[in-house]
Amino acid sequence: MEFTVERLQKVKEIVARYPDGKQKSALLPVLHLMQEQEGWLSVESMDYVASLLSLEPIEVYEVATFYTMYNLKPVGKYMFEVCRTGPCMINGSDEIIAYIGDKLGIQPGETTADGLFTLKTVECLGACGYAPMMQMGKHYKEHLTKEKVDAIIEECRRNAAMNN
Amino acid sequence: MSEEKKLFKVTIDGITIEVEPGTTILNAARQIGGEVTPPAMCYYTKLKNSGGKCRTCLVEVAAGSAADPRPMPKLVASCRTTVMDGMVVKNTTSERVLDAREGVVEFLLINHPIDCPICDQAGECDLQDLSYVHGADASRFDFEKRTFVKHNLGPYIQLHMTRCIMCYRCVYVADQVTNKRVHGILERGDKAEIATYIEKALDNDFIGNVIDVCPVGALTDRTFRFKSRVWFTKPVKAHRDCSKCCGKVHAWFRGDEILRVTGRKDQWGEVEDWICNECRFEKKSIHDWVIEGPAEINRHSVISQGHYSGKVGTTKPNEPFSKVMKGRQPNLLMDIHSVSEVNPPELDLSALPGPAHSTDFPKRKDTGEEPLTISEKSKGRLG
Amino acid sequence: MGVKLLLDKVHIEGIRYYDAYRKNGGYAAVEKALKTMSPELIVDEVKKSGLRGRGGAGFPTGLKWSFIAKPEGVPRHLVCNADESEPGTFKDRYLMEFLPHLLIEGLIISSFALGSNVTFIYIRGEYAWIPEILEQAIAEAKANGWLGKNILGTGFDCEIYVQRGAGAYICGEETALLESLEGKRGNPRIKPPFPAVKGLWDRPTVVNNVETLAAVVPVINMGGEAYAKIGVGRSTGTKLISACGNINKPGVYEIDMTISVEEFIYSETYCGGIAKGKRLKACIPGGSSVPILPANLLLKTAKGETRYMNYESLSDGGFATGSMLGSGGFIVLDEDQCVVRHTYTLARFYRHESCGQCSPCREGTLWMDKILKNIETGKGKKKDIDLLWDVQRRIEGNTICPLGDAAAWPVAAAIRHFRDEFEWHVDHPDECLKRNFGLAHYADPIEVVT
Ligand SMILES: Cc1cc2nc3c(=O)[nH]c(=O)nc-3n(C[C@H](O)[C@H](O)[C@H](O)COP(=O)(O)O)c2cc1C
Ligand code: SF4
Ligand code: SF4
Ligand code: FES
Ligand code: FES
Repeated sequence: MEFTVERLQKVKEIVARYPDGKQKSALLPVLHLMQEQEGWLSVESMDYVASLLSLEPIEVYEVATFYTMYNLKPVGKYMFEVCRTGPCMINGSDEIIAYIGDKLGIQPGETTADGLFTLKTVECLGACGYAPMMQMGKHYKEHLTKEKVDAIIEECRRNAAMNN
Repeated sequence: MSEEKKLFKVTIDGITIEVEPGTTILNAARQIGGEVTPPAMCYYTKLKNSGGKCRTCLVEVAAGSAADPRPMPKLVASCRTTVMDGMVVKNTTSERVLDAREGVVEFLLINHPIDCPICDQAGECDLQDLSYVHGADASRFDFEKRTFVKHNLGPYIQLHMTRCIMCYRCVYVADQVTNKRVHGILERGDKAEIATYIEKALDNDFIGNVIDVCPVGALTDRTFRFKSRVWFTKPVKAHRDCSKCCGKVHAWFRGDEILRVTGRKDQWGEVEDWICNECRFEKKSIHDWVIEGPAEINRHSVISQGHYSGKVGTTKPNEPFSKVMKGRQPNLLMDIHSVSEVNPPELDLSALPGPAHSTDFPKRKDTGEEPLTISEKSKGRLG
Repeated sequence: MGVKLLLDKVHIEGIRYYDAYRKNGGYAAVEKALKTMSPELIVDEVKKSGLRGRGGAGFPTGLKWSFIAKPEGVPRHLVCNADESEPGTFKDRYLMEFLPHLLIEGLIISSFALGSNVTFIYIRGEYAWIPEILEQAIAEAKANGWLGKNILGTGFDCEIYVQRGAGAYICGEETALLESLEGKRGNPRIKPPFPAVKGLWDRPTVVNNVETLAAVVPVINMGGEAYAKIGVGRSTGTKLISACGNINKPGVYEIDMTISVEEFIYSETYCGGIAKGKRLKACIPGGSSVPILPANLLLKTAKGETRYMNYESLSDGGFATGSMLGSGGFIVLDEDQCVVRHTYTLARFYRHESCGQCSPCREGTLWMDKILKNIETGKGKKKDIDLLWDVQRRIEGNTICPLGDAAAWPVAAAIRHFRDEFEWHVDHPDECLKRNFGLAHYADPIEVVT
């Protein structure tokens, strides 16, 4: 859970943006880097980030638990974060959530036994005009239909099989 | 430039006073004293950045200043708003303030366990006092109260997160009074909690002060011997030569025994000086201390309400409650028997022969742990 | 056809990249500003333009800029608010994705005007693919001499950095944003002091919305007075509206604030009417925080006048019969939508997004969420509606930051205009789970002249 050399370099670059002594400002970006590398934020990796930025560990825990994007537990290889706020709801997000849940045999908040998929409900992601939608990794999947969900799951399975 | 500092005139509930520029409305009101002073649950004079959060101290600014007499549109937090020359403030004379404050108290109580009968803070709890005076009389919150996973903070300090009102004072103490902070606020919104994330003991030198600043019974002293109700104990001014702190404390006696040691609190419930862990937790023998004399408890709390004054010799308040409240009768926090399973009618607290122990109350059946308090019966009344 | 100042070139091939952007008149405004204008003059020009903040509050931008403190030897900062998390709002994303150089250009001019040598774009964490687009634009601008040291030989240095949030609507509130940028929890600060005096790292700071900063480009290009002539009254220039909900053509539209709400909804140029041939029931015209309006009050004011898509007209009648332009998140509900359910999802949203610092918001949003859930699932009682009203009333105005108000207003407006629907839920516990429920307040579409 220590950073790779490239990521350490990146951390240095980020810290250099801020005035001396304000390296705490790098905390959110550095936690993103850590999550990119590890998939989630373990106590060890947060303690490592704390030492890297000369912070008390509690300062890191406070921040990591405040923001919803940080995973404090391991998650599936593919995380489906489906929006359920008003504009998405009136365009059928509830049905999409139920459909994904049925199809994968999990409830929101759960991960499939094979560790491939996590289903999560989230609040508005700024794609209300393209509803229903979900975030998958770095990107948005918009205008979701059951067919589209099928295709996405299919593709994930194929990719996972190929990478193994 | 003249050396003389210009004082600002401020009028609060019709009483005018002159204060230094930079004084907050709350502190100006405290200089006047009495009913004019808004209640403050999160502000703490000795803690930088404290205040602004609980919103119990909201007041109406009827005129911003002599230069700009326009009223402020919103109620303001008196603990974080500085006075201007000629400012006119309404506290208890403002219907808006009273209504908002009743709302704030209700918000603070909807998720509070109201487990006063088993809470060490009962009798010296700011929330209990607050709800006496400002609370509505019935709970309108028809849902299960919030609960938290229990955290262990080590041998000295007990955390009951369900009682916490998120005043942040204990976080500021750790930041500003101790050399290392290991606890903080985790999660956000209604899930926010005081915790350490992974189990860690709070044990650095001055951390015990979090107990004194906590306005409720969320952080209490685990070394408080016998768990006596505070109103059975008698606070005494005492001091010792301490290399770490001022060594000036209140020692709380029952008979010849020191049950606990706290900082000395002023009339606003704030400590006069921080004390170290050693004085607080380790020095429980009468021989550790030089006794100065009885401490004055000058608050309208049950400690000084006279219930027990005859027995333990605390100072009686100067005026009767009804007078302080201008003829209004206090809104009783609750009729304890109607809301509490641990405190059935047949159990009369004041009739107990000695200090009331938590063992005097029935245990929770399922876990044998904390007694159940709020039940179906309580639906009609809150505090 | 309305005037377009921001999206006029969005359909040009390759406009996302420097070459096409430059060839089509890009960076002319930077050239003009840095070479021919002083910072004070730019602030004046922005004042003259009447440009108002596009982030929601509509505060005059030039005036805001003139408040920035200039203590000797203390650096100042400009921070671009790209947190865009208000439900219904997705216009900033569109600008950044398709016209990144327009934002960078606006940022350079504004940084020069405010004296910010280090400027930050704080973008919501979920827009994870956009920082790369922006960083590429920044790199291109720098390679071509628009950023970096001694820009255009003026002696002005400027760097722009993109920093991601990590999932918190509250970080759109400017002081929470600054806390977050400092690596802390997104707890709004207690004001005063205001950011203009003590902002990022206690330095004087201005926080502006993405669209506001992009709009500085046309203001400089055409001059403040010409900009002010577009639009109407104090609603000058153009505004991006992100339209969503039950309409035929959801998306981001640039309007010049002279068109009527009715035209915006029904004209083919914009929303293209209600989807599936249904009828309009209600609309939240300015992002989830602003009051919902039933169709009749949406299309016409209480006085019976046509309602227009601008700051003044949308707020005509106050909260009793009006709403707000807000952030321009335009959410349309058709006749089959249930206002109670929609309001419930918003209450749940605000509960989820409360930072938890102050008691009325922390406890009040939780309470409203729970009551609304009960009503929505047929477990509510009549008195719950009054209780809900009372709870929102006691949150509003009593909190540290406006999130408390933002949570209270939608609930208040829903009860104010759709109380019958709440009562129906209470009276028909079995039925309200079965079907969506549109009862009252239909307004038949009125013919639109195009
Ligand atoms: C809860 C809350 C969320 C906000 N979210 C945003 C946001 O996502 N984007 C934004 O530009 N402004 C947002 N604002 C408004 C900002 O506080 C601030 O007024 C704005 O960035 C100022 O920019 P402007 O003057 O250019 O509009 C929000 C305000 C509040 C209270
Ligand atoms: S534990 Fe006590 S001091 Fe700490 S935040 Fe909660 S109420 Fe305040
Ligand atoms: S109003 Fe809500 S979001 Fe704003 S400071 Fe208070 S608790 Fe936090
Ligand atoms: S409501 Fe789902 S993206 Fe906005
Ligand atoms: S004491 Fe002022 S807000 Fe808490």
